[in-house]
Amino acid sequence: MTVSTTQPVGSGGATDGLTDDAALRIFRTVTTIRSTEDRIIRGLSSGELRMTYYTVRGQEVIPAAICEHLRRDDYMVTTYRGMHDCIAKGIPLDELVAEMCGKVTGTSKGKGGPMHLSDPQSGLMVTTGVVGGGLPIAVGLALSSKLRGTDQVTVVNFGDGATSIGATHEACNLAALWEVPVVFVCQNNQYGEHTKFADYTRSPSLAERFRGYGMEARTVDGNSVPAMHEAAAEAIGRARSGSGPVFLECLTYRLGGHSFGATTEYMDPEELSQAEANEPVGRYRRWLVDQRGIGEDVLADIEASVVSNVEAAVGAAKASPPPGPDELLTDVFSNAEALPR
Amino acid sequence: MTTDDPIHTLSEAVNQAMDIAMAEDPDVFALGEDIEDPIGGVMKGTKGLSTKYGRERVRNTPISEQAIVGAAIGASLVGMRPIAEVMLMDFFAVAMDQVANHAAKLRYMSGGRTNVPITIRTSVGGGRQFGAQHSQSLEAWMMHIPGLKVAVPSTPHDAKGLLYSCIFDDDPCIFMETMSLLFTRGPVPPGRFEIPLGVADVKRAGDDVTVVTWGWQVPEALAAAETLADEGISVEVVDLRTLVPLDRDAILRSVAKTTRAVVVHAATQFAGPGAEIASLVGHELFGRLSAPVERLGAAYSPVPYAAELESLHYPERKRIAATIRAMA
Repeated sequence: MTVSTTQPVGSGGATDGLTDDAALRIFRTVTTIRSTEDRIIRGLSSGELRMTYYTVRGQEVIPAAICEHLRRDDYMVTTYRGMHDCIAKGIPLDELVAEMCGKVTGTSKGKGGPMHLSDPQSGLMVTTGVVGGGLPIAVGLALSSKLRGTDQVTVVNFGDGATSIGATHEACNLAALWEVPVVFVCQNNQYGEHTKFADYTRSPSLAERFRGYGMEARTVDGNSVPAMHEAAAEAIGRARSGSGPVFLECLTYRLGGHSFGATTEYMDPEELSQAEANEPVGRYRRWLVDQRGIGEDVLADIEASVVSNVEAAVGAAKASPPPGPDELLTDVFSNAEALPR
Repeated sequence: MTTDDPIHTLSEAVNQAMDIAMAEDPDVFALGEDIEDPIGGVMKGTKGLSTKYGRERVRNTPISEQAIVGAAIGASLVGMRPIAEVMLMDFFAVAMDQVANHAAKLRYMSGGRTNVPITIRTSVGGGRQFGAQHSQSLEAWMMHIPGLKVAVPSTPHDAKGLLYSCIFDDDPCIFMETMSLLFTRGPVPPGRFEIPLGVADVKRAGDDVTVVTWGWQVPEALAAAETLADEGISVEVVDLRTLVPLDRDAILRSVAKTTRAVVVHAATQFAGPGAEIASLVGHELFGRLSAPVERLGAAYSPVPYAAELESLHYPERKRIAATIRAMA
């Protein structure tokens, strides 16, 4: 299976279970992700904002569909290319943008930054800047649910690049062995940093490779809302019922370079422009109108409200002060007297 | 400590601390390689615990140090108190992304919204001809990463009290179990017993020279002090017990009295913990010292296998005594 940058969304009749309410919630989420990214890029380009930024353009559908099946008390772990995951899991937008801008009103008082967003209240437990570093931690979060006898599920997001690092394999083997309720969401965007998939592995299918650990694994079109919605329901349901971990390879396409300002010269320009023409947010919008009969005005209202929320979040972040000097040595330890003097 | 306390090995004391912690708090659990019975840990630290508390709470893992430490971190983020065992300290090199980039930093990176109350127990080799990859004392590496607490007990008594405190501390704690001390015996208070982290202990009082040390080198320093007492040199031995937090007051109090200090450790001398302590003493007691602060650490080499070379690699009682003699 290859990424469906051309095939119509919703083909195969996989729309069962996706109510209009759910479809519109997903639309709001993908629109919020897209709008936030667009606003950040605009701010970075003009010099209004300053941060390291890793594009999520093209990957919006994956967490938006997944989070339809997650509760607030379910856990999520993600990676530095994870703003979409954080928004979908429910980190308040004001706090998220403020953190990315390094402001004291951010989720971590400006001390984590865009690569370390977390908010336990929303269940977003860790954003790691180390490729593959989140998977072992997700196994531990899932283990806590098993030991405490709750039915919470942990979802860990990572890119296809993370399938080449040891931590990923240790974590998958351990999760399968212990049958913990974790869903490994591999967002296969076809690039590990600046290297194409085919240039770093001979595996034709990641799902096939990870099935070897003795867990359920499947490949899904990560750019299709109905397909992702259905696959996520099945995977999360399976983990929640105690049947052990699932590996989901979600095929998508990174619509840009590794990070803001980075070159894209290693990307096939034709492939990129074709993917851009079929980018999943616009495609989903067309599908809602054409296939689901959702009114243009309904979608436009959501878009207007999202843009206004994003603008408010950026405005609040800009107005917020940076963390004060007293924050430098705060939160190193739980007790300040343990700090070396 | 009273002389009436029952006598146990350091390994048994470690086992007692875990047993009591697990009995008290259902959120405490242990994971690591071969920690379930009948093995009970290759150094026997968890002997009997899987039989008593079940294999859910005392869990064997594959040989996967990244996953062991990472899983401990994950469970701790939501309030559990995992005790991870990394069989040998040398294997921290395998797990270091989880230790240094995650355990140590998640509290700070989250602005205090999450914390990592894990304890990583590990055996530290040395003096047993285990070679270069099974013998390293890597406490300086741990100390250099902001966010980690480091405990190195030298007696069964201290091991029990410090491990209990580590388990219930809200920060990641590295608990170093020196292999050559694991089966030494000493009095251990029965029942629940804690020693606060960051409080040094004067293991021998003296007036002429202070030895600042920890772990394996404590008995070596005490033996040197005994020898020197016969020569009329009175040595005070300060056992730091934890390196982070560092009890600087205890160090300065002792050296202010003796005006001479030597720092002794099994970690590499170059850029070792002794440099930090020597700097502290030199700065705070400048002008009051009767001699420059001396350091005795491991030689700047991988740990050699041959017994003749290994004995030259680490400090030991005779070299400690000679160093003190020269400065007293």
